[in-house]
Amino acid sequence: MPRLSAAERHTVRFTLNGRAVEAQAEPRMLLTDFLRHELGATGTHVGCEHGVCGACTVEIDGVPARSCLTLAVQADGATIRTVEGLAPEPGRLSVLQEAFRRHHALQCGFCTAGILMSLDSYLRSQPDPSEQDLREFLGGHICRCTGYVPIMAAAMDAAKRLRESPSDV
Amino acid sequence: MKPARFDYIRAGDIAEAHAALADHGNDARIIAGGQTLMPMLSMRLVRPKIVVDIMHVAALHGIAASGADIRIGAGVRQAELLAWPGLAEHLPLLHAALPWVGHAQTRSRGTVCGSAAHADPSAEIPLCLLALDATLELSSRRGRRRVTAADFFTGMMTTARADNELIEAVRIPKKPAGAGYAFNEFGRRHGDFAIVACAAVASGDTTRLAVGGVADTPALHELGALGGKELDDALDAFAWALDARDDLHATARYRRELVRRMGRATIEEARACRD
Repeated sequence: MPRLSAAERHTVRFTLNGRAVEAQAEPRMLLTDFLRHELGATGTHVGCEHGVCGACTVEIDGVPARSCLTLAVQADGATIRTVEGLAPEPGRLSVLQEAFRRHHALQCGFCTAGILMSLDSYLRSQPDPSEQDLREFLGGHICRCTGYVPIMAAAMDAAKRLRESPSDV
Repeated sequence: MKPARFDYIRAGDIAEAHAALADHGNDARIIAGGQTLMPMLSMRLVRPKIVVDIMHVAALHGIAASGADIRIGAGVRQAELLAWPGLAEHLPLLHAALPWVGHAQTRSRGTVCGSAAHADPSAEIPLCLLALDATLELSSRRGRRRVTAADFFTGMMTTARADNELIEAVRIPKKPAGAGYAFNEFGRRHGDFAIVACAAVASGDTTRLAVGGVADTPALHELGALGGKELDDALDAFAWALDARDDLHATARYRRELVRRMGRATIEEARACRD
């Protein structure tokens, strides 16, 4: 039974955006801080740190989850995707990211990374969501400046484009 | 908003989890999905010396029919139960209530038993377990015991679980033929904790209403076949008996009014869908 002592740092390994990564973490370190401070993946933002705001949402083993409600040591061996993994290639945004730009669905951008990760995951499992379904799903995120209208418009537009040409990402 | 230091134990089987709890008692906390424990740790409302991760214990995973019950292991996440093909047929109340538990982004990690262990007075899962007469399977090095939901939830975030005990599973009776179920909740936003939540089970001439968010624990009331003004009077008496609390979300009076009105609507809905 592995026991990781409180005062020491322990090696945590997982797959981040398709690449094997490892770094050191105390047992109490949150996955948010591990991503940002140990791995330098600062695309994931830290908001409320108790699971309410959604800014830190990443994909853990294929489903969207709060990285602030996960310990780095719990993520050992997992497959994690963050906003850095969305663009299909350098210099080209994903269909969803492009829709956000087109619809002005971000202003300050603080909540955006989490919303993108949630929607990216959702649109893969629900390619033809109703507006009501999307609203409910977006309820897991708080945006304080853009407003949800352009975010909804971007999500619906991205869903439509992805249905029309499913090979796009 | 960072947790205080703790040792982390990754239990490989149930015996290892029991050993950690036997050795450390109240200084140890079980973590499963972490969706309720992590905020408590980050806000330092709890400061355990040891956190015991049980998600690598294979025996705690799985949803299985067991006699007249559905047995849900401590490792089963809320999203997993929501996606279980038998849910609507065997556990229609949970089928109605689970979408109200947190958000999709927390149900993906949070477990059914974890919500029971946390025993938040506004949480939907404890409310449903009470309404459905569910049983918690507790175990420790010293043995095993079963506790009904009515005996398990003893106070605000307080349960009958002893410090050395692990919740292994919850057993929920399958829907009997002819029973009808309904769930309703009022909150500021979908996904927030309920100001008041109601679950009703109607079967033949019996009707039970469980109410959460009003008092320190979810509360259950049997209403038989009452209807009309008699039902209103019974709900009014129930609402007054609940010891409703005032907080920044709602007054006690407002909560009582929700019990009267949403309680009645939920009962009528449950009776109407008896099959």
